[in-house]
Amino acid sequence: MEWIKPGTKIDFVGKLYYCLALSGLVILAGTISMILKGGPNYGVDFSGGLLVQLRSDKVVPLNQLRDSLSKIGWAKAQIQEFGDGHEVLIRAPQSSEAPEELKNRLIQAIHKSFPQNNWEERRTETVGPQVSKELQKEAIIALVLSFAAMYGYVTYRFGWLWASGGILALIHDVWVTVAFFSLANKEITLPVVAALLTIIGYSINDTIVLFDRVRENLKKLSKNTELATLINISVNETLSRTILTSFTVFITVLALFFLGGEVIHDFAFALIIGVISGTYSTIYIASPILLLWPAKRTRKKK
Amino acid sequence: MKKDIIRWKIPLIILIVGAALFYSFPLKDKIKLGLDLRGGVHLALEVEADKAVSSAVKKYASEIRELMNKKEIDYDSVASRDSTLIIKLFDDKALSAAKDIMAEYAIFQAQGWNKDTRELAFSLKEAAITEIEGNAIDQALETIRSRIDQFGVAEPSIQREGNNRIIVQLPGIEDPERAMKLIGKTALLEFKLVDEEHNIQEAREGKIPPGSEILYEKKVDKETGEITKTPYLLKKEALLTGDFLTDAHISIDTQYNEPYVSISFNKAGSKIFARITEQNVGKRLAIILDNNVYSDPVIREKIPSGKAQITGNFTEEEARDLAIVLRAGALPAPIKVQENRTVGPSLGQDSISKGFKSVIIGGLLVVVFMVVYYRVSGLVANIALLLNIILLGGVLAYFRATLTLPGIAGIILTIGMAVDANILIFERIREELRQGRPARVAIENGFAKAFLTILDANLTTIIAAIILFQYGTGPVKGFAITLTIGILASMFTAIFVCRVIFDLRLARKGMKKLSI
Repeated sequence: MEWIKPGTKIDFVGKLYYCLALSGLVILAGTISMILKGGPNYGVDFSGGLLVQLRSDKVVPLNQLRDSLSKIGWAKAQIQEFGDGHEVLIRAPQSSEAPEELKNRLIQAIHKSFPQNNWEERRTETVGPQVSKELQKEAIIALVLSFAAMYGYVTYRFGWLWASGGILALIHDVWVTVAFFSLANKEITLPVVAALLTIIGYSINDTIVLFDRVRENLKKLSKNTELATLINISVNETLSRTILTSFTVFITVLALFFLGGEVIHDFAFALIIGVISGTYSTIYIASPILLLWPAKRTRKKK
Repeated sequence: MKKDIIRWKIPLIILIVGAALFYSFPLKDKIKLGLDLRGGVHLALEVEADKAVSSAVKKYASEIRELMNKKEIDYDSVASRDSTLIIKLFDDKALSAAKDIMAEYAIFQAQGWNKDTRELAFSLKEAAITEIEGNAIDQALETIRSRIDQFGVAEPSIQREGNNRIIVQLPGIEDPERAMKLIGKTALLEFKLVDEEHNIQEAREGKIPPGSEILYEKKVDKETGEITKTPYLLKKEALLTGDFLTDAHISIDTQYNEPYVSISFNKAGSKIFARITEQNVGKRLAIILDNNVYSDPVIREKIPSGKAQITGNFTEEEARDLAIVLRAGALPAPIKVQENRTVGPSLGQDSISKGFKSVIIGGLLVVVFMVVYYRVSGLVANIALLLNIILLGGVLAYFRATLTLPGIAGIILTIGMAVDANILIFERIREELRQGRPARVAIENGFAKAFLTILDANLTTIIAAIILFQYGTGPVKGFAITLTIGILASMFTAIFVCRVIFDLRLARKGMKKLSI
């Protein structure tokens, strides 16, 4: 079987500006969404507070649950329902009250409002203000560190010019993922940051495969070949591989998304966005960006 | 046919895979499950060490008060505020005598004499503060450990983290709520006399007599959950504390069938207890735990035995847990739960089954795809993939690594990424074949040209995984581990093992067309 026939000649470089516009649009929409919502939508890990996942033996009417939470002054609590309607996730933001007290009040209120239901506490997470701040700081350090590491590695292999293209693609991928999280109203939690780091590793690897081919062709093809043509040829040559591996990773991540359960759901969602964006950014961002630099300098690189 | 190479390559593969199988069998015992899969509690506790400092200064204050009484030095008051101790005098006549007393306390630093307020201030030295705080955290760690040991949890983990944090992990625990209460209770037991000379009503209106305080008896109605508070006017000074306990255990009142906790003091404690009871016959002695009054029995006679009872409408479980915390001793300072992650056993079980379902479905999809796309060569890649999973299991088992839900996600991702190496090689081989090269040369070139690319690609993922490992907490670490091992294993299986199989295929005489 062969999806991408040899000799495929798609003019990727020619569509560069459309693609930059598309990326810009997604990023802009996500950024506006984040500004309107007052920053990224941080989960309990980074914003602190309380998260309780409860399962009942009966279907939980959400309106009634919301009413009972309003009674204890939790009108702003987020309620999320899972699968068969028996399971709910309740999230209350940081408050001056000790998390344990908060939780006890919540459980009491729910028992009062639903005396006929049997409740099981499946998951509780409370994060204090100090820990959430630390986790935030560590997450940012980890992201910056991995950007730096990737930049260093690609610089070592291809020089700083190419590395800059690769890093731009990475920033693009992370930003797009975060943008989608804001647009989809999903929370950024620890596992999501783990997914972002994985995306960084995955996306740069895709970019390196392409850079390798571009470099090979720089040596192989005649000096008269225009850089744009050369990049186009390289993208087309590696297209089959890019599509295929993205496809295998994509189906496994999809399996995780649909079958992995709610705990891992957002993590899988981040990876789905990241894999799509990573593949796209390799083809449309990382390599065409080589063109934005003076052609001669790019060519001169060994 | 490269006989020599195949002669040692195949045994090597068998050896490595055999070792992996050996180490990972039986899988159930060898792979440690993380809290998120097994269910359990993860707590980050912060010891409020500054409170230990202020209570130490408070103790010094009462010691100095006694000393000044003994030496008959005239003073207004000796008070403590955080790490500062303040002696208030009536005039400067007693100044030098007070200074002499303080000279004995080298851990305090004189802050000077304020003529207007007539206050002589001293602050605890930095070194002393550091020591008290350090001791408080060590002691808290020991106390918590001993409480958990007595409570009975399999494989608990209690570790100090950073300056003033303690990480407690209790896997597979059935009643997390109860464990939290047991760990978090300061368990400061105090005996104080009831102030019967003053009117509690007046005190509640704001006229609290000096040397006295109001504490409450909190009762929770077991049915409605309602809390009732009864005020008590007590002498501030604690005559006896839980420091002198040697034992505490649950007993059952035979008359009312109600559980209570009986406590016994050590020798010194018994002496103090005997003296208190002797001097205060007919008065009420309140038993206070963590500033909560439990009872205030009337002292009928001197008690020389050093035994007492704490009653308080307990359930049997509560009485048992109270006995545990009293036996283990009080925490030197209150602790705050900074982080709590509790996963119920049913959710953990759910995560395991869902996680493995997605591994199997995701894996099958990839396997089927590879065969459909690359035919026999796809099959070879699948063999490599299977070996990869076996190696991953073996390495996880060998290092007794912890498998978490994100760790399972790492396995899934490894499956998706491991075939990347094969795809890179196969696409190169196809290219070579298209250019008309014979199978042998195509394979040779395909593997050689793809190798550096594969190395590059995997290195970047591993760099990301290492950063993730450094930064991540428990479950996320599990992801970094499986991803790293999986990718390293894929370098071996996708490149080395596949190459051997390809060479074997080539060696079969008459194979003109490569199924790829």
